[in-house]
Amino acid sequence: MSQIFNPSTNTIARLSILVGGLVTLLLLAGLYIRDQSVYTRPVGIAVEQPVRFSHELHSGQLNIGCLYCHGTATQSSYGGIPDTHTCMSCHSQIATYSELLEPVRQSYEDNTSLVWNRVHDLADHVYFNHSAHVNNGVGCESCHGNVEEMPLVWRAEHMTMGWCLDCHRNPEEFVRPADEVYTFGYETPENQTELGFQLIEEYGINVDHLMSCGVCHY
Amino acid sequence: MSNEHNDQGIPISAIPTTTGDELETPEDIARFRELLSKAPRQAMAFQNSGMSRRRFLQLAGASLALSGFTLAGCSPSPPPEQIIPYARVPEEIIPGRPLFFASAMALAGYSTGLLIETHQGRPTRIEGNPLHTASRGALNAITQAAILDLYNPERSLVVRNDGVESTWDEFTAAVEGLNLGSGAGLRILTDTIGSPTLASQIETLLETYPEAQVVQHDPAGYDSAVGGALLAFDKAVETVYNFAEADVVLSLDANFLADLPGSVAYARDFMSKRKVRGDATTMNRLYVLESTPTITGATADNKLSVRASQVESFARALAGELGIEVDQNVGNTAWSDMWFSVVLEELRQSGGRSIVVAGPNQPAVVHALVHAINAELGNVGTTVFYTDPVLPFPVVQAEAFSQLVEDMNAGNVDALFMLGGDPVYTAPADLGFREALENVAFKAHLSLYLNDTSVQSNWHIPAAHFVETWSDGRGYDGTASITQPPIGPLYDTVRSAHQIIGLLTGETASTYDLVRAYWEGEYSGGDFEAYWRRAIHDGVVPESTFEPIPNSLRADFAAALAEVEPQEVSGGLELIFRADPAIFDGRFSYNSWLQELPDPITKITWDNAALLSPATAEELGISREDVIELQLDGRTMQASAWIMRGHPDDAVTISLGYGQRFGPDEDSGFNFNAYSLRSSDALWFRGGLQVSNTGNSYDLATARWHDEMDDTNPIRNGTIEEFVANPTFVLDEETDPVVSLLPEWEYEGYAWGMSIDLTSCIGCNACIIGCQMENNIPVVGKEGVSAAREMSWIRIDRYYVEDEAGDMQTQFQPVNCMHCENAPCELVCPVEATIHDSEGLNNMVYNRCIGTRYCSANCPYGVRRFNFFQYTDEAPVMREWRNPNVSVRPEGVMEKCTYCIQRINAARIEAGRENRTIQDGDVVPACAAACPTQAILFGDINDSGAAVVAAKAQPHNYGLLDSELNTKPRTTYLARITNPNAALVGSGSGEEE
Repeated sequence: MSQIFNPSTNTIARLSILVGGLVTLLLLAGLYIRDQSVYTRPVGIAVEQPVRFSHELHSGQLNIGCLYCHGTATQSSYGGIPDTHTCMSCHSQIATYSELLEPVRQSYEDNTSLVWNRVHDLADHVYFNHSAHVNNGVGCESCHGNVEEMPLVWRAEHMTMGWCLDCHRNPEEFVRPADEVYTFGYETPENQTELGFQLIEEYGINVDHLMSCGVCHY
Repeated sequence: MSNEHNDQGIPISAIPTTTGDELETPEDIARFRELLSKAPRQAMAFQNSGMSRRRFLQLAGASLALSGFTLAGCSPSPPPEQIIPYARVPEEIIPGRPLFFASAMALAGYSTGLLIETHQGRPTRIEGNPLHTASRGALNAITQAAILDLYNPERSLVVRNDGVESTWDEFTAAVEGLNLGSGAGLRILTDTIGSPTLASQIETLLETYPEAQVVQHDPAGYDSAVGGALLAFDKAVETVYNFAEADVVLSLDANFLADLPGSVAYARDFMSKRKVRGDATTMNRLYVLESTPTITGATADNKLSVRASQVESFARALAGELGIEVDQNVGNTAWSDMWFSVVLEELRQSGGRSIVVAGPNQPAVVHALVHAINAELGNVGTTVFYTDPVLPFPVVQAEAFSQLVEDMNAGNVDALFMLGGDPVYTAPADLGFREALENVAFKAHLSLYLNDTSVQSNWHIPAAHFVETWSDGRGYDGTASITQPPIGPLYDTVRSAHQIIGLLTGETASTYDLVRAYWEGEYSGGDFEAYWRRAIHDGVVPESTFEPIPNSLRADFAAALAEVEPQEVSGGLELIFRADPAIFDGRFSYNSWLQELPDPITKITWDNAALLSPATAEELGISREDVIELQLDGRTMQASAWIMRGHPDDAVTISLGYGQRFGPDEDSGFNFNAYSLRSSDALWFRGGLQVSNTGNSYDLATARWHDEMDDTNPIRNGTIEEFVANPTFVLDEETDPVVSLLPEWEYEGYAWGMSIDLTSCIGCNACIIGCQMENNIPVVGKEGVSAAREMSWIRIDRYYVEDEAGDMQTQFQPVNCMHCENAPCELVCPVEATIHDSEGLNNMVYNRCIGTRYCSANCPYGVRRFNFFQYTDEAPVMREWRNPNVSVRPEGVMEKCTYCIQRINAARIEAGRENRTIQDGDVVPACAAACPTQAILFGDINDSGAAVVAAKAQPHNYGLLDSELNTKPRTTYLARITNPNAALVGSGSGEEE
């Protein structure tokens, strides 16, 4: 009986192991690149909302301070979406018949919540604390982008862990004086590094500890 | 050291063959060593699961392939989420920050003040109220775990009429349709009434129906204390102890560190005299006479095991020697004369700074004698105080309950309202309550869960949990608190006892208004609103603590005593009942935290067992986990046998609360219900027990063995004399420190550390529940515990240690993650999922963990816990108790104590906001917060003023395995210092003579 396999099959078999391994590696590498890539994250895409609230109008043109609506950002982990009552503190007087505001009035009347679509969503194993950041010289803009130019809010940064660590590793490049935290369109001064170290001292930031896993993951 | 190590780093050759632990016989230990040598502990569990290696590989391959599919399909960004803000933010709520509400929980009539942590309205945690005298910031395990019952999906949710779903309105109509007349046929059967408001409602009820009767029934209540006071003083009084002033304490079968209404406060006071620090030369001394090994016996300096029936004769003899006219020659006097005379002498010399305390399981006459003894010793007014009764209706419940059953049998009861409890299950078996119930036409039952009584009743009303309804109560010393609900009822069907009584009296006011109106009626000053708000805010009604009252023995005390029938001396074995340390009288049997909480001494979870001494077991031919049949007065039950060192001979102890017909207990095929042997004239112990071995066996899941480190000298202990002579005696046994070639790492800034005082630790398990609640720790079930897969981050090891003189001591050691500076776990993690941070914490990064379990294999302390399954997939309502500030860990991930890093981070952020550093006391981990005796201290070891630094500077401070392995643990221990009476050393303390 003749042999089923030609001697060259040996070579093919050996090659297939190599090629198979390579293909797997390439596949994994591709997946990894895809996962890490900013292009697969919804950066720069405005998110539709039940009420077309414009930060461009309220924050940019009318100059209403961030904390008027997001007051808990200085006290809590949670930045805070304002309750309907906050909206109505102005809109009971202004634009009272605007059609756009119908859901807000409805919510106020029925005492039911407005349901907003989340724009900035960190993974559930991250504990991010707003108050720890805004009280230590991290500007709203640093993460949320220039919302004064956003008619509807979009994600300005891809918010991967590497991006977080850029600042946690070298906070001196990013910290702002306390009175510039709520500024949009802030221009980094030329002596940022020098000023940064000075501010870190003032805020009492322990830079060594910023790179500990337990700062965000627990 | 041998090269072979088990997965805890313990050399296999060093695993002892004699641990001094008789329940684990040499054969058991040999078998266990063999298993250990073959496989690490978690693989051992795998072997038990019956899965072959081939099958495992098949499944592993399949799951790998599947994971490939899911990986390819996974989306890079999380699924879209919504944000739902309030329409109008309630006052005080800042989303992301917890709010605390003061409240109180009653157990067997006595309240303890607590703080309930809520996150946006959702109660997640119960802590002690520092302002309440019964708590002082700490709590026992049961009170903390009670929050779980709020969310239990097994709770009864609908009104039932003869088993058919009904409504409250229909029930109301049915009650209104009753022709109660003057109430001759009306009976209310309740748990012990502790609420002053409920008591006043009942007084109103008795005015409306003058012939109605209210009967209290608490199967593990304090009947004998009430009976003792009546016998001694001819009136009901409350006895309050001040252990902080007592130099000598004699406990007559009283587990006063756990079982009394004031136990949390008592434990704190008692331990305040045992905080041994560098210059200490004295401490208090505790003598314990006990019938079942308890944590109080384990804490004792000198302990004597006797049968429960022998305590009375001891009390009689003690009273007689002190000059009290009493018949001494009754009962069983077979206790040690030497022990007796030493104790008597010491009490005499204490000069009014001693306490004699009797246990609730002892008959009234022992309590009466103890009152006389305390008076004779001059303790009254210095360490023992009397106040007005805390309970509104302080009566001997057993008598009234027997009368009720008689009335029911005679057909005199037309309508019976049962408020709480499960009397069909808990009634003494001789009364025949179940049968008597059939003679009652209208039976209504209010309870949290559907139980045996509910199904025997015409009407079942689901009860409100105490966290969702208003009420009030008084603590052991009379301190009143308002039970404030931080949340409305989860289900609109639930009702409280206040509402049922209100229905009968035609009261229409809300429960809140009732409670408020009661206290308004009690208040005589001006501005009630301010007073009321203060009371609710603080959780303590101002100036409500009872003042001591002058009290003296009744004139005819001797005659009254002579009338008491002495304890009958019975031959044969004695059966001792006790409330279960975890599920109490059975009311917490649905609470999985408490079910899985190891018994403080035996470490058994999920079951009760018949405890008996090694000698008795041998005599009867019983081995561990044999199912034995207990026969008493012609009634029988079965129980799995557990051989327990330190248990008196010729006696068997059994816990109440298991073997419920209706409930979470699985049908084991056996009757494990201890109530089925209980009779109304001997609620706590009785002679004449017959024991036979059925030949079956029933496995018990014990948390012992899994991680303990017998061979490594884990607990260092000595007497106060040894300590005074050589304060650093604990270090004598240490080998030379291992020298490292690497320079020491300097920790600048904060450096977190913990100190655990083994002298103060009473092994009460409060820290375990505190940790479980704070850190979202799942339960694994009985099978999981059997397979050594329990998840608790802090465990309490229990060791039996025999000293040179042959005296046996029971010792406890809480063990959590040591946060070693040279952590062995970190070196072996292939993915850096467990690494050190700049403050010395051993961080565990769950999302990096791939579940190799190398770390737990390399941890010499066995503190790492692995999620073998997705333990956290619970009913949606069960997720509500979780702490939002701690990750919920999925299957396949390692976890362990974090030193409550979420609290450290919260304190850091808070301090940052206020532009200051973290102060000592800002960070209190959950275990330390729960500890009644403040045995656990935590803080920054770089802060020279911190309490933890002072503790670690003590001469008897040592690190577990530190000198052997140079792990440099951040958790260190203070050696266990005891104060035994030298005259009794070698007298076989712990063993009967």
